[in-house]
Amino acid sequence: MSAGLEVRGLNKAFGGLVVARDISLTLRPGDRKALIGPNGAGKSTFTNLITGILEPSGGEITLDGRDLRAMSEAQRVKAGIAKTFQITTLFRSLSVRDNLRLPLWERRGGTGRPFRRAGGDAWVEAEVEALLAQFRLTDVGDRPVARLAYGQQRLVEMAMTLALKPRILILDEPAAGVPSSESPLIAEAIAALPADLAVLIIEHDMALVFKVATRIIVLVAGAILTEGTPAEISADPRVRDLYLGAKHG
Amino acid sequence: MRQILPFAVLAAVAVAAFYIFPYNLAFLTRVTIMMIFVLSLDLVQGVAGIATLGHAAMYGTGAYAAGLFAIHVWHDPLAGLAVGAVAGAVIAFVSGLFLMRAHGLTLLMLTIAVAEVLQEVANKFSDITGGTDGLGGIRMGRLLGVWKFDFVGQTGYVYAVCVLFLVMVLLKVVIGSPFGLALRGIQDSQARMRAIGTPVARRLLASYVLGGAGGGVGGALAAQSTQLVSLGVYSFQLSAEAVIMLILGGTGRLWGALIGTAVFMTVHEVAASVDPFNWLFVIGALVLAVVYAVPQGLMGLPAEVKRWIGRLA
Repeated sequence: MSAGLEVRGLNKAFGGLVVARDISLTLRPGDRKALIGPNGAGKSTFTNLITGILEPSGGEITLDGRDLRAMSEAQRVKAGIAKTFQITTLFRSLSVRDNLRLPLWERRGGTGRPFRRAGGDAWVEAEVEALLAQFRLTDVGDRPVARLAYGQQRLVEMAMTLALKPRILILDEPAAGVPSSESPLIAEAIAALPADLAVLIIEHDMALVFKVATRIIVLVAGAILTEGTPAEISADPRVRDLYLGAKHG
Repeated sequence: MRQILPFAVLAAVAVAAFYIFPYNLAFLTRVTIMMIFVLSLDLVQGVAGIATLGHAAMYGTGAYAAGLFAIHVWHDPLAGLAVGAVAGAVIAFVSGLFLMRAHGLTLLMLTIAVAEVLQEVANKFSDITGGTDGLGGIRMGRLLGVWKFDFVGQTGYVYAVCVLFLVMVLLKVVIGSPFGLALRGIQDSQARMRAIGTPVARRLLASYVLGGAGGGVGGALAAQSTQLVSLGVYSFQLSAEAVIMLILGGTGRLWGALIGTAVFMTVHEVAASVDPFNWLFVIGALVLAVVYAVPQGLMGLPAEVKRWIGRLA
């Protein structure tokens, strides 16, 4: 039994439409892998299968040898799998601090407590401040998330997910919609993630992928085309044709 | 300090009303009870974002439970209040088990259906509930064994105001808790709440049950103070008016529920006495004006006025 996330022979079909075909991959602690592929390749489907939003038609998903398939979305989060959203999904009316408090309370034993003060727990508050400092959000901590710049919202998105102390972190297009002026912020934040965390980045921004990933997996039509180092991938003619080629004419 | 000041103002208003309108205590009691009901709706709808047009289901059940308890078991008001709260919570739990799986319009329709079904049940079992004649013959014992419910309604008013304070303090605590924060999170994004590992349906059910207990308390107080329960306690009109009062005052902030209820019921009372046929027009115009000019409700008025003044400069 090995540490980390193990996916073997994963399949998913909606009726006759196959969206995941025999996908196998592993994520070990400390891995920085990227999943790339053209639109409609099945990247989002794959994340949804891992996090439990979708149920696979066949195949195995294990975390440290434990079968994840029978677990609900919430149970998988507790087991250590967390993902950020491609489209920023935050508690927009709440302050940045409150956004971070929620996952921390969840980790602390649940948000079911009606008689504690949400801002009254020393451990939660210390973690909130540490995360704010790590993502350079301390100055805007009391602002409602809806009033932050988009790049900052992406950082809150990441900070919230990190607050869950996951062991497997899936970043679903962390730089999507971020103006290029703010995108170094994202790369910097990814580089600063804990070393023992296993990270899977799903991203269109090739510059970002090549900067942060050590292995790249190419997904085409629901199946893995190839996996390799950034150098191997950029040299692969099939990838050029299918992905980079299409993009750059 | 900022937490306590509004409570002091509320207490001052309650006391002042008692001395300024000594012959309107029955009306003031009705307003107070309605405030409790709308507060409980604010937890469910304003904080947790559960769309409902059937909150009367809990109010009515609390009213019948407290009335029947007083007639058949014990006439102690506080025991009756507890029975009403439990009855409201139970009906919220049972209906919530399936309601909390629905969303949006479906949920709205189902909440209406629950209240209608309960009304029909109360109508059918008329040998227990009195049916369309209403449940009469409720005699209340002394409050805490000391204060008698008098004809003018002094005891009833003070009693209702005390319960309002307790409900208000309790809800303040709950809303400021991790649980309350989770409910606001759920209103903003259920998907995100699930992604941080929150059992969303369970939290929603808990809020619905708590709101149900509050609604039950309101119904019980109404049964005790009017000493009559009619089928109207389950009416759609009651549920709908509560929602209007909440929107009028401003959702999710508790004080808005109090202000909205006070304004709605006062305007209703005054307009209906001036013109018994067209008072609804006045209410409609008021709600339209507020929703149009101050979408946040009357609670948002100071901020809105500040913005208007700012625009002039």
